Amino acid sequence: MAMSKRKRAQVIRWVQYAILVAVVLVVAFTANWGKIRTTFFDLEVARNMFPEVITVALVNTVIYTTLGFGFGLALALVIALMRLSTVRVYRWISGIYIEFFRGLPALMVILAVGTGIPLAFNTFLDKYVALMIALGIVGAAYMAETLRAGIQAVPKGQVEAARSLGMSPARTMMTIVIPQAFKIILPPLTNELILLTKDSSLALFLGASVSEYELTQFGRVELNESRSLTPVLVAGICYLIITIPLSYLSRYLERRTGGKKISTPESTEVKA
Amino acid sequence: MSTAAAESDIAVQVTDLHKSFGPVEVLRGIDLKVRRGEVVCIIGPSGSGKSTLLRCVNVLEEPTAGTVVVDGVELTDPDVDIDAARRKIGMVFQSFNLFSHLNVMNNLTVAQRKVLKRSREDAEKTGLANLERVGLAGRENAMPAQLSGGQQQRVAIARALSMDPDVMLFDEPTSALDPELVGDVLGVMRRLADEGMTMLVVTHEMQFAREVADKVLFMDAGVVVEEGPPEQVIGKPREERTRTFLSRVLNPTHVDQ
Repeated sequence: MAMSKRKRAQVIRWVQYAILVAVVLVVAFTANWGKIRTTFFDLEVARNMFPEVITVALVNTVIYTTLGFGFGLALALVIALMRLSTVRVYRWISGIYIEFFRGLPALMVILAVGTGIPLAFNTFLDKYVALMIALGIVGAAYMAETLRAGIQAVPKGQVEAARSLGMSPARTMMTIVIPQAFKIILPPLTNELILLTKDSSLALFLGASVSEYELTQFGRVELNESRSLTPVLVAGICYLIITIPLSYLSRYLERRTGGKKISTPESTEVKA
Repeated sequence: MSTAAAESDIAVQVTDLHKSFGPVEVLRGIDLKVRRGEVVCIIGPSGSGKSTLLRCVNVLEEPTAGTVVVDGVELTDPDVDIDAARRKIGMVFQSFNLFSHLNVMNNLTVAQRKVLKRSREDAEKTGLANLERVGLAGRENAMPAQLSGGQQQRVAIARALSMDPDVMLFDEPTSALDPELVGDVLGVMRRLADEGMTMLVVTHEMQFAREVADKVLFMDAGVVVEEGPPEQVIGKPREERTRTFLSRVLNPTHVDQ
């Protein structure tokens, strides 16, 4: 009974390994590998997806995401500045915007923009424009809060120095504060880009012509035709090709700016 | 001498200045006059309101009551164009406050170009001249974080000088520096004084105040306790509070000199 703490930890570790091995063995011996292969890894089906899965679907996913991110970032900047405004009404409006669109499923916003606007205004809305607006609206709600935090993280002395040189509050914000804020929030912004990449799959719920397919829709159509899950796997891998480098980039940026938040001596990209 | 001529001789005039932060009255009726070309040092214990006074001169702090006139412009007038007025008032901070995302040259030129609308060429020429003035020629591509505290502070001085100010405000410019770097910054300030710059300096460097200042103000608890030439205020203080402060700050052997 008298077992040392170290000994007991060792025993527990071995028990865990044993369970793990047992599970793997059970799966390996009971699974129908032939069936699984044809369901998930049907090379013939996979081969048929190329090159369109890249030239159309992956490209469209990147385009939708980039458009949405760009529009969202611009919108987020406006909302963040309203959030920090001395005008109370601006603060209210931006606060309501953030709470509203952070609380709604992205899908609802996409449906509202993609089908609601054409119905309400009796116009045609291009798929790319619709997604840019919808993804932008959703992304802006998150990015506005990130931006606000970044702006507030810029030391007060920077503002005082700029004002003492005769810069107006607006000029100070644009030339001194916001460039520094962006440097601070680059890692969380990269994460937002990853989230938007995945949210762009919701384009599936808006009708699209073949040339407008993004990864998820492309995978789904192939899935229906081939009766194999391989297209989903291929499309999934394509998402990872986009998102994994982004998450590495985010972690790299975080490490580079980590701790010392403001000064990154090696960066010279901001031209005055 | 006519009154008008006497007026124009005055660079900074502060009259009955009051400043409160909430219920705390930090400045309780300050009068201050700085003539053109004069160097005025403000000394006093921490919490005496000397930094607040300095920050009221370019209205980084909004005075609660009283007037501040710089170069004949009343900065406490609510309708004044404060950004225009500040172009003529250089300020140097205790914590340097160089723009951390810009290299040295861009620190020197950003306000010249955006505020004074100088061309890049002109701004860089002025910036370079002032960088030489503070002894840092050749460092224009360095980022602030790559410089020592003393170098950063000298760049900050060059940045303020690049706007061709009429008055320079120094808010404890050497307090955040390692002792061996203080001399470089004080040297630059001394040269600036010799060139005839109007300077208002909050400092703990008694030796500097003694040798460079035309006038020294001793502040305590929000009022000017004693003012006059340095040899009087620092050398032979009349007020008990001034004596107590100086004996705490100064090495006794210096007091006796």
